[in-house]
Amino acid sequence: MLTVVTFLPLLACAVLALLPRTVGDRACVLVWIGTAAADLALVVALWAGFDPYGGMQYEQRVRWMPSAGVSYHVGVDGLSLPLVAMVCVLFLAVAVYSLRETRRVRAAAGLFLFLQTVSVGLFVALDLILFFVFFDLSIVGMYFVIAGWGHGERARAAALKFFLYTFTGSLALLLGFIGLYLAADPHTFDLVELTRSNPLAGQGLYAGLVLLAVGVGLAVKTPTVPLHTWLPPAHTDAPAAGSAILAGVLLKMGTYGFVRIAMPLLPGSWRQYALVFVVVGVVSVVYGALVALAQTDFKRMIAYTSVNHMGYVVLAVGAAGTLVGSDAQARSLAVTGAVVQMVSHGLLTGALFLLTGVLYDRGSTYAIGSYSGLAAHTPRFAAATGVAAFASLGLPGFSGFIAEFQIFTGSLASQATATAIALLGILLTAALFLRALRAIFLGPPRLPAGIPTTGIVDLRPSEAAATVPLLGLALIIGVVPRFLLDVVEPAGRAVTELVAR
Amino acid sequence: MSALLWALIALPLGAGTVLGLGGRRVNAVAPLAATVVAAVTLGLAVAAALARPGVEAPLFTGVRAGLRVDGLSAVMVITVAAVTTAVLAFSTAEFGRDENRGRFFGVMLLFAGAMLVTVTATTLPLLLMAWELMGATSWALIGYWWRQPHRAGAADTAFLTTRTADLGLYLAAGAAMAGGVGSLRLDALPHTGGAWLHVVSAGVVVAALGKSAQLPFSFWLSRAMEGPSPVSALLHSATMVAAGAYLLLRLHPLLTATDWAGPLVAWTGAVSALALGLVAAAQRDLKQLLAASTSAQLGFMVLAAGSRGVAAGTVQLVAHAAVKSGLFLAAGAWLTVLGTKQLPALSGAARGRPLVGGAFAVGALTLAGLPPLSLWAAKDEVLAAARAESPGLYAVGLAAGAVSAVYSVKALWYVTRPLPAGPAAGHGTERSAGRGTGHLARWAHLPLWVLTAAAAVLGVLALPGPADWLRTLLGARGEPSPHPWEAGVSAVLALAAVAATWWWLSRTPRTERAAVPWAQDWLHLERAAHALLVRPVMGLARALAAFDDRVVDGAVRQLTRGGSALSRLAGRVDDGGLDAAVGAVASGARRLGSWARRPQTGLLHQYYAQAVVGFALLTLIVLLVR
Repeated sequence: MLTVVTFLPLLACAVLALLPRTVGDRACVLVWIGTAAADLALVVALWAGFDPYGGMQYEQRVRWMPSAGVSYHVGVDGLSLPLVAMVCVLFLAVAVYSLRETRRVRAAAGLFLFLQTVSVGLFVALDLILFFVFFDLSIVGMYFVIAGWGHGERARAAALKFFLYTFTGSLALLLGFIGLYLAADPHTFDLVELTRSNPLAGQGLYAGLVLLAVGVGLAVKTPTVPLHTWLPPAHTDAPAAGSAILAGVLLKMGTYGFVRIAMPLLPGSWRQYALVFVVVGVVSVVYGALVALAQTDFKRMIAYTSVNHMGYVVLAVGAAGTLVGSDAQARSLAVTGAVVQMVSHGLLTGALFLLTGVLYDRGSTYAIGSYSGLAAHTPRFAAATGVAAFASLGLPGFSGFIAEFQIFTGSLASQATATAIALLGILLTAALFLRALRAIFLGPPRLPAGIPTTGIVDLRPSEAAATVPLLGLALIIGVVPRFLLDVVEPAGRAVTELVAR
Repeated sequence: MSALLWALIALPLGAGTVLGLGGRRVNAVAPLAATVVAAVTLGLAVAAALARPGVEAPLFTGVRAGLRVDGLSAVMVITVAAVTTAVLAFSTAEFGRDENRGRFFGVMLLFAGAMLVTVTATTLPLLLMAWELMGATSWALIGYWWRQPHRAGAADTAFLTTRTADLGLYLAAGAAMAGGVGSLRLDALPHTGGAWLHVVSAGVVVAALGKSAQLPFSFWLSRAMEGPSPVSALLHSATMVAAGAYLLLRLHPLLTATDWAGPLVAWTGAVSALALGLVAAAQRDLKQLLAASTSAQLGFMVLAAGSRGVAAGTVQLVAHAAVKSGLFLAAGAWLTVLGTKQLPALSGAARGRPLVGGAFAVGALTLAGLPPLSLWAAKDEVLAAARAESPGLYAVGLAAGAVSAVYSVKALWYVTRPLPAGPAAGHGTERSAGRGTGHLARWAHLPLWVLTAAAAVLGVLALPGPADWLRTLLGARGEPSPHPWEAGVSAVLALAAVAATWWWLSRTPRTERAAVPWAQDWLHLERAAHALLVRPVMGLARALAAFDDRVVDGAVRQLTRGGSALSRLAGRVDDGGLDAAVGAVASGARRLGSWARRPQTGLLHQYYAQAVVGFALLTLIVLLVR
C-alpha cells in the first residue's frame, strides 16, 4: 500500500514522458492533478485504517543490498503519517495552481510528480540508505525546478548554490549514517533495528561525532542559523510552485530527520548536547524573525520567516532532550508541538508562497514598496493573503497556534530562558506580517510602475482552489485539532521515551 | 445544557464568520442579521446565566478545553451580549450601502464571540485563544477604513501593543506547566509550585494590564480611536479592555498567592486612574477624552481586583460598560450627523439633538460619579476595598474620582453651549467624505437610551440587598462595604469638582486655557515606546539583515571562492607538477632509448672495438675487486 502511494506519482511521470507529443499541455496538468488527487485519496484511506496506538504500520520490507545491510523498508507511524498527508495535500494544491503554467508544462508536471514520489518516499523510509537516496533526489529535483522555471539567469545561480550547499549537507548526513552502520552489530542501516539496539549508547566521543555529522546534515536542510543562507535566494528566484514545495515539504525533511533519526538513534548524545540544539533553535527563531522584519522583498521576507518557524521546531526537540526540570507531559507536548508545527508550516507557508506567486503574476515584482492599497483592486486576494499572514503569525484558530502553544508550554520547564526569548519570535512575526500587509494591501491604491489598473485581476478560481483549501485545513486543525493530535501524541510520547532511555 | 453553552459561543462566531466572508455581497442583510444574532445571543446568555452550564473537551496532552458559566461569568456574558446587541442595533444606521457592511458586522460578531469565550473559559489555552482572537478582530475593526494609512497604522499599534502584553499569558502557561499545574485550569493556577508561581502571576498581570490599557500600555487605546465609533462603543465597554479587568477579577486568588502581585496591580490601577484621568481632562477631542477616561475607569476595576474587591470591581465593570458604550454611541451620532469630534466644534451639539444630547448628559454625569448614578455607587465599593488595603490607595483613588468629575463635566460643558450661529465647522472628521451625513435614524435612539438607562440605574447593585446577592453570586462574601461617610465624601468631592470645573470653563475664555502637552499626548507613552522599542528593534533588524548578507552569506561565498581557488591551484599542480613529471619521465626514457641506439651501427669492426673496450673494462674491474 505504502509502495503504491510512494510510486504512483513516479508511474504517472513515466506515463507523461511516454505520451505522444500531440497530447496538449492541459491534458498533462489534468493527469498530474488526477494523480495527486488519487494519491491523496490513498493517504486518506491509510489514515482511516491507522491505529494511533499501533506503532509502526503498513510496513513493507524487501531485500535490496543484503551484503551492505540495506533493505527497502517502509512504514508509517504518528510522526510520518501527518507529514505524508501534508505532502500529498500540498502537491495537489501545487498541481491545481499550475493549471495556469505555460512554460514546458509537461516537463514541469513530470518533475513535480517525481518530487512527490521522492518526498513521500523520504517520510515513509525506514532505512537510512533509502532515506538518504530520497534526501538527495529531492535536491536534484528541486535544482531543476528552480533552474528551469525560476526567474531568469539569477535563478540558475541560486539553483546551483542551493544544490551545492544542501548536497554538501547531505554528505555530512551520509557520514553520520555510516558511523551508525559501523557501530551496529550486526551492521545494518535499518532504522527500526537501529532504534531498538541503540548502538551508540555509552560511546562518548564517537557518538558525539556521529550526532555532529547527522545534525549538520539536517541543520542545512532545515535550515537553521547560520547554515540558512542558501534559502533566501533559492526562494526569491524559484517559481511559486517550487517555493511552495521547497518550503512546505523539503524543509520538513530536515526537521523530520531530527525526530525520526537523531533523537531515537542517538538518545545519549542527544541528551548530552540538547542545549546546543536549544540555542541554535532560539537563535534561528529570533534572528530569522529580525532579518525578515528588515526585508523589502515580500518573498524573501516569507523565506526568512521559515527560518523562524523551523527554529521553534529545533527548540522543541532540543527541550525534549532536556530531562532536568521537565516531566514526561511537558516533553511530550514539545515533541507533539514540533510535529504539528511541521504540518502547519507546510500548509501555511505553501499557501503564502502560492499567493506570492499571484502577486508576482499581477505586478511583476515582489518589492513591498512598489505596491499600496492593493485590496482596492483585489479584495479576495487581499483577504486570502491576510488570513494566511495572520495564521502564520500564530493567531489562535489556526494550526500555527496549536503548534507554537504546545512548543512553548512544553519547553519552558526545562529551558526557561531560551523559551522566554523565543516568545519574542511571535511578536516579531506579528510585526513583520502586519507591516507587509499594511504596505501592500492597505492605504491609498497604487500599483507598480507600468502596470495598468485594468491588468489587475483578483484571485482566479484555480488560484483560489489551490490556496483556500490549505488555509481551510489550517483552520480546521486550529479549531478541532484532536483528529491530528490523536495521531501525533502517542508517537510523540514514544519519541520522548526513546530519548529518555 | 451543554448545547446551550456551545450555541452561545458558536452562534456569534459562526454568524460572524459567514457575514465577514460574505462582505459586500451580504450588505443588504448584514445589519439586521447581525442584530438578530446578537439578540438571540443575549437570550442564550440569559438562559446560560440561569442554567450555569459547563462543557469540557480534550485539547492537548493532559490539558482540556473547558467552558463554564459561574457567577462572574454569568454577569459577564449578559453584559457582553447586551452591549453588543445595543451597539449593533445602533450601527445599522451608521453604515451606508456604499460601505462593506458584511465585513463590519461580521467582525463585530466575531469580536463579541471571542469575548464570550474569554469570559467562560476555564482553562488557560482556551482563554488565550479567545484573548488573541479578540486582539486580531480589534485590528480588523480599528483599521476598518483601511484606505487611510493612519487608521491602518493605528490598527497595527493596537494589535502589536496588546500582543506584547499577551506574551505574558504564553509565559504563564509554560510556567504553570513547569510548576506542576499540568491541567492549566484557571482555578488551579494559584497552586503553581515554587518560583514558577511568581512567573505565572507576572505573566497574567502583564497580559491583563496590556489588554486593559493600563500604564504603561495605555497609548494603544488612543490610537484605537481611529476606528468607527460603534467599534469604540464595544471595545471600550464590555469587550477587549474589559477582558483585562475580567482576568484579574477571575484570577484574584492568584494575586493574593504572592505578596507582591496584589499591591502591584492595585497601585497600577490607582495610578492609571489618576494619570489617565488627567490625560482625559487635557483632551480637546471628544473621542480622545472618552478613550483616556476608559483607561482611567478601568483603573478602578484593576484597583478593585488588586485589593480583593471582586464584587466592587464587577459592579464597576458592568456599570462602566453601560455608561461608556452609551457615550461613544452619542459621540458617534454627532460624528455621523455633524462630521466632527473636536470639542469646540461640538458646541451646542446636545441642544441641537436633544434625544442624543440628553442621553449624553446622563452618561457624562454618571461618568462624573455624581450621586445617585451608578458609577458613584460602584466607585465607592472600589474605594472601600482600597481603603481596607491601604490608606494611600484610598487617597489616590479618591483623587482619581474627583478628576473623573472634571473630564466628564468638561465634555458636557462643551456640548451644552448655546448653538453657534453658523453650521458646525467640521474638522477632525471621521470619514474621508468629510462632512457628516446630517441624518440619524429615529429608531437608532432606542439602543442609546436603553444603555443610558442601564448606566443610570445599575447603581442599585451597590445597595445593601442587591450587593449581598451579588457577593453571593460571585462567591465574594465578606468584602468590605463603604461606610455612609465614605459615600458622602466621594459625593461631595464629585459635586465640588463638577461645580468648580463648570465655573472655571465658563469664566476662562478658550484662548487663555493653557495647553498641557504631556497630558494631551498621553504622557508621551507612544513616543517613548517608539524611541525605546520600535526604533531600536528596526535598527537591529536592518543591521542583522546586512550582517546576514555580508557576513554569514559572505563567509559561504568566501568558502566557495576558496574552493575554486583551491581547485585552480590543484589544476596548476596537476598541469605543472604531476603532468610535467610524467612528461619528463617519458622524455628521459626517449633520450635513453636514443642513446642505446647509438652503438648499434651495423659495422663489424666497431662491434669488435666495443667488445675489446668492454672486455678491458671487465678485466680492470676483476683486477680492482680482487
